[in-house]
Amino acid sequence: MEPLSNKRKEVNNKPLTLLERAYLPAIAQGLAITMKHFWKKPVTIAYPEEKREFSENFRGMHSLKRDENGKERCTACGLCALSCPAEAITMIAAERQPGEENLYREEKYAAVYEINMLRCIFCGLCEEACPKEAIYLDGDIVPSDYLRKDFIYGKDKLVEAPLNQ
Amino acid sequence: MELADIIVKFILVVIIFAISLVIAMYSTYAERKLAAFFQDRVGPNRAGPWGILQPLADGGKMFLKEEIIPTNASGFLFIVGPSLAIMTACIGSAVIPWGQKLVIGTHIIDLQVADINVGILYIFGVVSLGVYGVMIGGWASNNKYSLLGAIRAASQNISYEISMGLSIIALLLVTGTLSLREIAEQQHGWHWNIIYQPVGFILFLICAFAETNRSPFDLPECETELVGGYHTEYSSMKLGFYLFAEYINMFISSAVMVTLYWGAYNYPFMDWMAAHAGPNVAVILGVVLMFAKIFLFIFFFMWVRWTIPRFRYDQLMDLGWKTLIPLAIANIVVTGIVITLINR
Repeated sequence: MEPLSNKRKEVNNKPLTLLERAYLPAIAQGLAITMKHFWKKPVTIAYPEEKREFSENFRGMHSLKRDENGKERCTACGLCALSCPAEAITMIAAERQPGEENLYREEKYAAVYEINMLRCIFCGLCEEACPKEAIYLDGDIVPSDYLRKDFIYGKDKLVEAPLNQ
Repeated sequence: MELADIIVKFILVVIIFAISLVIAMYSTYAERKLAAFFQDRVGPNRAGPWGILQPLADGGKMFLKEEIIPTNASGFLFIVGPSLAIMTACIGSAVIPWGQKLVIGTHIIDLQVADINVGILYIFGVVSLGVYGVMIGGWASNNKYSLLGAIRAASQNISYEISMGLSIIALLLVTGTLSLREIAEQQHGWHWNIIYQPVGFILFLICAFAETNRSPFDLPECETELVGGYHTEYSSMKLGFYLFAEYINMFISSAVMVTLYWGAYNYPFMDWMAAHAGPNVAVILGVVLMFAKIFLFIFFFMWVRWTIPRFRYDQLMDLGWKTLIPLAIANIVVTGIVITLINR
């Protein structure tokens, strides 16, 4: 029969030769292999001091974007929460008051915007759903923490830093 | 014996004791580091630069752990076990000659604690005592796994002691003495016993692996079958003593192998060194080289551990009884014939 791959290997139950039964040559062979590895450079990446380079489309922690004038883009339409397969996003909308035009771009904004990072699967569907280009998963790896409640990230952690004047 | 001699001996004992403890301590570090290197990893590197404070951190952890004595354990023997293990490990170093005699002024300092004329027998006695620590500990734990581990340790050590003793007999035919000091002196320069007894050395090496319960003969503490083996029930510093005893044993058996087969503190051109650089410098260089050889052996112990998988129990017994003992006897016969022919 035609072999499917070149990895095929004949096996047999031939009794071992005396040299093979002496066992010591095989041990020497093994020692040589481990010695080869002894001189190899370790493959360890000492996270968090060192980081593996991320790919260009790596999806990390979310950030809520501001527009070119430093106003929050999010209008609390809820499409991200609707698209989220893990139901990680919740928000409470509020109406923009007169005098807050420099803070929020639209008349409606998210007063509370929370993402549960333990539920989030970093699929990026919120990013795709957003009509206002307000949310992007362009951050770092979500850091570890001790309590479950600390993984619910509010606006304080998600919104981009304000523009410098 | 003068008072000065007693004080010198006492200082020597303290130094050797301290050295063997420090070496055992840093063997744990070296083992973890070497294991990492053999597996393309980094190893402990957080405690101090390159992790050199790791043994201290481990020791501190051991001391601060809760001391547990199981309800059904035999309380007294439970404590005797690890004490015996560490004690027998420590007293083995008494007969090993660490170097030639130092001469300071009119004083002659012997770098050996006790030059007894049955040094090898003493070592054997200590080695066979060592198994009691494991056996008593395993039995006193009142735990199936501990008991099985202890039984394995006992039968393994007894089986391999035979071929170890037989391999030594061939060496004794060559050297004609049981005193470790004399054996060391006979290997002056490059006349190391490994040249005359290569087979005996390999047998002794294999048995040394078995006697110190090192991989591939680490069946008494085989995690996959026996949880932790004889020290399953031990915690805190009592466990630390068992682990420590293993590393001290490794150090001592390396020292014995170096003394018996690899020329002890002797090195080629030692007479030239003594003539040109002063006798004491040559002696100290000998001590340094002896320790270098010992460290090489400790490295070899670890190298083998991360290379060869553990034997199955029946394979272990097969190797011990059906291979090593006949080989050792054949070695004795051949050595005897050759010596008789030469001396005729």
